[in-house]
Amino acid sequence: MTSHVAETPAREPILTVRDLTRSFGGLVAVNNVSFDIYPGEIYGLIGPNGAGKTTVLNILSGLLTPTSGTVTFQGHRIERSPAYRIARQGVARTYQNIRLFAAMNVLQNVIVGQHSRMQGTLAERLVFSPRVRRQEEIARQKALALLESVDLAGVAEEPASALAYGNQRRLELVRALASDPKLLLLDEPAAGMNAAESQALGGHLRDLAVQGITLLVIEHDMALVMSLCDRIGVLNFGNLIAEGTPEEIAGNPLVIEAYLGAEE
Amino acid sequence: MAEFYNNNSFLINLVGINAIMALSIYITLSCAMLSLSNAASMAIGAYTAALLTQQAGWPLWLAVVAAAAVAGLVALLLGMPILRLRGVFLAIATLGFGEVIRIIIVNTPALGGPEGFRLNAGNRSGVVTGLEIFGTLLVLAYFFARLKGSRMGLAMDAIREDENAARTMGINVTFYKVMAYVTGAVVAGIGGALYAHLRSFLSPGDFGFQRAVDILVFAVVGGTFAWRGAILGAALITLLPEITRSVPVVAGLNIKDHPEIFSGLILLLVILFLPKGLLTISLGLKLRRPAPRTLEKEASP
Repeated sequence: MTSHVAETPAREPILTVRDLTRSFGGLVAVNNVSFDIYPGEIYGLIGPNGAGKTTVLNILSGLLTPTSGTVTFQGHRIERSPAYRIARQGVARTYQNIRLFAAMNVLQNVIVGQHSRMQGTLAERLVFSPRVRRQEEIARQKALALLESVDLAGVAEEPASALAYGNQRRLELVRALASDPKLLLLDEPAAGMNAAESQALGGHLRDLAVQGITLLVIEHDMALVMSLCDRIGVLNFGNLIAEGTPEEIAGNPLVIEAYLGAEE
Repeated sequence: MAEFYNNNSFLINLVGINAIMALSIYITLSCAMLSLSNAASMAIGAYTAALLTQQAGWPLWLAVVAAAAVAGLVALLLGMPILRLRGVFLAIATLGFGEVIRIIIVNTPALGGPEGFRLNAGNRSGVVTGLEIFGTLLVLAYFFARLKGSRMGLAMDAIREDENAARTMGINVTFYKVMAYVTGAVVAGIGGALYAHLRSFLSPGDFGFQRAVDILVFAVVGGTFAWRGAILGAALITLLPEITRSVPVVAGLNIKDHPEIFSGLILLLVILFLPKGLLTISLGLKLRRPAPRTLEKEASP
C-alpha cells in the first residue's frame, strides 16, 4: 500500500491567466496580470473606468491577442486561438454595450448562440433530411426553453432591436448560455438596471454557478459584486492591485485608494 | 403566349440571366461584404463555357458546370487574401480583380481578344433555351430559399449584424465569408455560361465596370435582405429600357437611348426612400420593423 495517495484531488483551475500584458501603442492597458479561476466559482473583476477590465475580457474571448503572457483554459493554451475556437471550447460572453443581432428575431438570436453545438449541413437541408429537421426542432425547443427562463418566450418572434433595454440584456445572457458554456464572461451585466433588477440578476447568476458554470463578472454595482462573488480581483491602470474574498477587498487600503483617491 | 415569347425571347431570357447575376451578389451582400467581382466571375464563366462547347465540343450543361467550377476556383484563390478587407476597400480590390480579368481577355487571342468571341449558334450546344435559363434560376432560388434559416444562413445573418459578436458565438467568420464569396462566384459563373450561349457573342467590354455596377443595382433596388428582392430588382431594371422606350425626345436628348438615366434615378429614389429595397413595398406591413433604438444606447455606469 502506498501511503502518499492524495486524499482529495487538488482542485485544478479552469482558467489560468499568467503575466498577461496588452499595450495599444504606448498605452499599457493590461500589465502583467495573473489570476486563477476555479470551476464553479464566481470571480469578480472590478476597478475604475479604464482600468483594463474589458481588455482582459476581450483577450480571454479571443477578440484581442495579448502582447505577452498566457491564458490556459481547461489545460489548453488559448491566448492565440481565434475567437470562434475559444467559443467552441466552452467560453461564452456578453458585452458591456449589448451586441445583439438586431435585425434577427429573438428566437434566432438564441439559435445562433447554439451554433457550435448544432450539426447538419446545408446539403442535407436541401433534400429535407429528417435528421436536420430534428436538429432544428431540438435547437428551437432549447432556445424557447431558455427564453422561457427569462420570461422572453412571448416575444420570440419580435426583432431583437424591438426589445426594451432590460430585456435586451436578458436576451444577451441567454444567447450566451445557449452554447452550454463552461466559463461565462459577463461585462457589466447589471449596467442600467435598478436595485431590484440587479438583485434578480444576482439570483439568476448564482443559479448558473450552482449548475456548474464558472463566471467571470465585470461589474460596477458594488452591492451586487460583494454579495455575488466568491473572490474578487481589482484592476487599476492595468495592474492587478488586490485579490481576495469580498471582505478582504472591502477592507483593502489599496482598493479604497484606487476608488476614492489617496488621503492627503 | 408562344408568339409573345418568340417576339421577346432575348429580353425574357435576359431577365432570367440578370436575376441569376443578382442572386450572385445577394449572397455576399447578405454577409455585409461589398464585393464587385461578379462581372469578372461572369466573364470567367462565359469564356470557359464558350471555349468548351465551341472548341472542345462539350455538351452545354457540362460546360456550364465546368464554368461554375472554374469561376469558383478562381474566387477561392483570390478570396482568401482579399476577404480581410472591409467595406469600400473590398469593393476597390474586387473591382481591380475585374479589370485584371478584362485585360487578360483583351490580350488573349484564343479568347478573341478585343474583337470578341463568336459562338456558332448553328449547333445544339451553341444555344441555350429559355427553359434551361429559368430552370437554372428555379434551382438557384430553391437553394437560396433553403439557405435562409439554416445553420449556415443564420450564421451569415449574424455576421452581417455583428461580426465580432458572431465570432464569440463560435461562428468561423472567415470560413463563411469565403463560402459566400465562392458561392457568389459559382452562381455568377453559371450566369456567365448561360449568357454566352444566349448572346452568341462575347466581348470583353461586356464584363467591365458598367456590368459590375448594374449587378449591384439589381440587388440594391430589389432589396438586399431577401433573395426574392434580387430577382425582383433584376427583372425591373432589365425591363426598364422597354418601358422608357416611349419617352419622347426632351431638349434634344433622346432619353430612350440612355436607359441608365432611369436606372440611376430609380436607384437614387430607392436608396433615399426604401433603403431595404422595393421588396419592402410588395411584402408590406409584415416586414416593417421598428428601428433599432435601444441597441445603440450606451450602458450608464
